[in-house]
Amino acid sequence: MSDYNVLIVEDSPTMRQLIAFALKRIRGVRIVEANDGVDGLKKLSSERFDLILTDINMPIMDGLKLVSLVRNDANYKTIPIVVITTEGAQEDRERALALGANDYITKPIQPTKILDVARTLLKIV
Amino acid sequence: MQKEDERLVSSRGEEFLQVFKKGAEFTQDLLKENERLRYRLLELENSQLGGGDAPPAVEVKKLTERIADLEQEKQEILNRIRQVEEENQDFAARYLEIEDENNNLANLYIASYQLHSTLDFREVLQIITEIIINLIGAEEFAILLLDEKSDELQAVAAEGIERSEIPSVRLGKGVIGAVASSGESHFEGDFENYQRDFTAPMVCIPLKIKDHVIGVLAIYKLLMQKKEFAAVDYELFTLLAGHAATAIFSSRLYSDSERKLSTIQGFIDLLTK
Repeated sequence: MSDYNVLIVEDSPTMRQLIAFALKRIRGVRIVEANDGVDGLKKLSSERFDLILTDINMPIMDGLKLVSLVRNDANYKTIPIVVITTEGAQEDRERALALGANDYITKPIQPTKILDVARTLLKIV
Repeated sequence: MQKEDERLVSSRGEEFLQVFKKGAEFTQDLLKENERLRYRLLELENSQLGGGDAPPAVEVKKLTERIADLEQEKQEILNRIRQVEEENQDFAARYLEIEDENNNLANLYIASYQLHSTLDFREVLQIITEIIINLIGAEEFAILLLDEKSDELQAVAAEGIERSEIPSVRLGKGVIGAVASSGESHFEGDFENYQRDFTAPMVCIPLKIKDHVIGVLAIYKLLMQKKEFAAVDYELFTLLAGHAATAIFSSRLYSDSERKLSTIQGFIDLLTK
């Protein structure tokens, strides 16, 4: 039985591996991977998650749409969401946060930053 | 005669009384002096014992020495605490350094693992592209491969720009040609004022198998949040120079052999029918 269930929604397998590697430093974490927003929603409906990390630019359904759908669903709206993206402009950050993302991390990927944000949102001291 | 005797006795008696009186006065004086001295002695004793203002010199010396010892001991303990705190800070800094190193190694490991996870040429190019975007933070770049028959470098993949926009470059010509011919990386000195020039990228890395250059990676623009390269980026460039070249070379070789095998199989099928 895991303490924390984390969903990574990212179309790049390399990125998924890098994010997963960073998060595995958290004791008791279990990671589920999804290729895009639709796959993410499907996996979200199958079990309880404590945190979602999502990319923005993905095929089929992008990350912002996913954030919006999750925040408007009574079953998932309390799950913390972190957006990890190449989009570094302030307006992109504000848009994601306005839709309901809890944090916004820009690429290139920094495992320490991902770990710090995940620990904060999972309330790990 | 009797009167004479009585007068003599009376005189002697008076004389005796006077001597006795003087003796009594002297005794009283002595008693007073004795009392005064006893009082003085008592005063001195009190001042030494009851008052306690001035302990004996030996005791004072002992206590002073003890205080000096304790002061020295305290100083030693303070020095040790300071030393331990410094060591602790060193350990904390070292821990962060190792943590960073560990993360960087993980990035390099995953990048390398992904590069060699397939023999499909297009997939290899896609993985190289993902590494450059996600780990290095480049927005516009191209991968050019050397055609050894024509000695020309041609773009086989591009991100953020159209592949057709990248001109072919002759070996040894311009920045790209020079990098391919020398095998030495090129880094533009001033990233901030760099203007995109397809023949002179801001970063150009040779893709090498040992000393044999098979192509180059040319970067024209970094992501807006990426202002400069960190030490790990240069390690990634080194990794890309070697592993990406090997992965590209292997996948091309594999595709060629697959194609040849398919052709040979076709001939065999034709002959054996």
